[in-house]
Amino acid sequence: MSDRVQQYKLTVSNLSKSFKLHNRGGTRVHGFADIHLRLQCGELLALSGPSGAGKSSILKTIFRTYLADRGSVLFRRGDGSTVDLVSCKESQVLDLRKREIAFVTQFLKILPRISALDTVAHPLIEIGETEENAREQARNMLDRLGIRRELFELSPLTFSGGEQQRVNIARGIIAPKELILLDEPTASLDQKSSNVVLELLGDLKRRGIAMVAIFHDQKKIDLIADHAVTVTREEKQ
Amino acid sequence: MLLELHNISKIFGTGCPECLVLTGDDAERAICPRCHSVIAVNNVSLSLGGDEILGVVGESGSGKSTLLQIIYQDITATAGEIYFNGITERSGARTNILSLSPSRTSWIRNHEMSMIYQNPHLGLNFNFSAGGNIAEKILGSGEKRYATIRQQALHYFGKIEMPTSRIDDYPDTFSGGQQQRIQIAKALSSSPRLLLLDEPTTGLDVSVQARILDLTRALQYEMGFAMIVVSHDLGVINHLTDLTLVMKNGSLVEYGLTDQILEDPQHPYTQLLVSSKL
Repeated sequence: MSDRVQQYKLTVSNLSKSFKLHNRGGTRVHGFADIHLRLQCGELLALSGPSGAGKSSILKTIFRTYLADRGSVLFRRGDGSTVDLVSCKESQVLDLRKREIAFVTQFLKILPRISALDTVAHPLIEIGETEENAREQARNMLDRLGIRRELFELSPLTFSGGEQQRVNIARGIIAPKELILLDEPTASLDQKSSNVVLELLGDLKRRGIAMVAIFHDQKKIDLIADHAVTVTREEKQ
Repeated sequence: MLLELHNISKIFGTGCPECLVLTGDDAERAICPRCHSVIAVNNVSLSLGGDEILGVVGESGSGKSTLLQIIYQDITATAGEIYFNGITERSGARTNILSLSPSRTSWIRNHEMSMIYQNPHLGLNFNFSAGGNIAEKILGSGEKRYATIRQQALHYFGKIEMPTSRIDDYPDTFSGGQQQRIQIAKALSSSPRLLLLDEPTTGLDVSVQARILDLTRALQYEMGFAMIVVSHDLGVINHLTDLTLVMKNGSLVEYGLTDQILEDPQHPYTQLLVSSKL
């Protein structure tokens, strides 16, 4: 049993989440229940389903931004050890976020005073790349994603929604961690940008990166995903 | 772990055997109904890694600043132990830094920890120039050569983006935001392992606040010290910290990753706090 778990990069079992609102008389709001996911290196698992079904909540619970009610999220580390993200210490989660697990959110959350180029170059500098190399790679990545060069030195917070999303993706994958969680990576992109993003995700798969991504479009799922899980809104409790 | 607190309590007043049980989170009060002492910190334990940044939030009077002052030993704890950065007895056993001699305590304050106060009058000596204040800290950390001290002071003055021509001016000739930056230069000039910040940007206008927070983050990234930041401003906590501790009535009511505390708060008080954010 443990051997079979070992070969997966990520094994999510019985994962359930609800929210207790103390300031609303202790009302419990259903998030999702009994989610099972399995993923190997180099695979992309697509999550789909109606809005409000809990797809983003699942990603946030895997990342430990949300605390699970029950279940486990077993992650196999680069050194071969396995850690349960639901129950491990906060310090360990911080370490994993620094080195092995990334979350590309739907909306750009960055400091308002840093240029697009520096925003994208930063993760490379963090893993020891020289500033010059990092900026060069960031320039290439932004070029490939169709961001105009005149915008490179401006804060991405002044960009349009689609441009922001592309900067966000560039930052999330330029120094790819072994597991990447992506919340609707192509949501506000036109066809062309969206295809470039799918190409980039394909590159990551070939490099052995495991990904869980939320998609709405079945065509994209067919193109890029190795597994697809549909999340439904029904309550199982 | 760089810093470990075990069951730290602080009682202002005579205290009685039931103070700690009759107050705190469950009792929903910080004043003991028996002896009328104020229980500022009630049985708090926590640990902090060497490169971690911890935020402390809570309403005023919840004990956050008292907790910081106990760690920096501006005030003494009534009960509990603190272990710090492998400081040991001569025998090699870990030692509670709250029981060290005054000279070893001041060694820790000069070499290993620095504090940035909300009120610059607490962090800076207004009778010394800005450079003199920084030099005092460098001198305390063991450097005795004038030329080196001067050079170091200029180095840290440059780090806080201040024109070095102003290094010999006195603190009262600087603006509030500049005084906070001088406190940062002074605090970092001893290359501490732990930086404590007590409401570092409260009362400053937002552009100055942003600049100080950016500077603090950049210096933390560059120098790699741990930080504990006390603030009632969730924006500051979100911007600066990885971990957050929530206090109420002297008790620790919730601890977790900062994004978890802000997006999935568990305790009723934390939920109220987060939902009150503008």
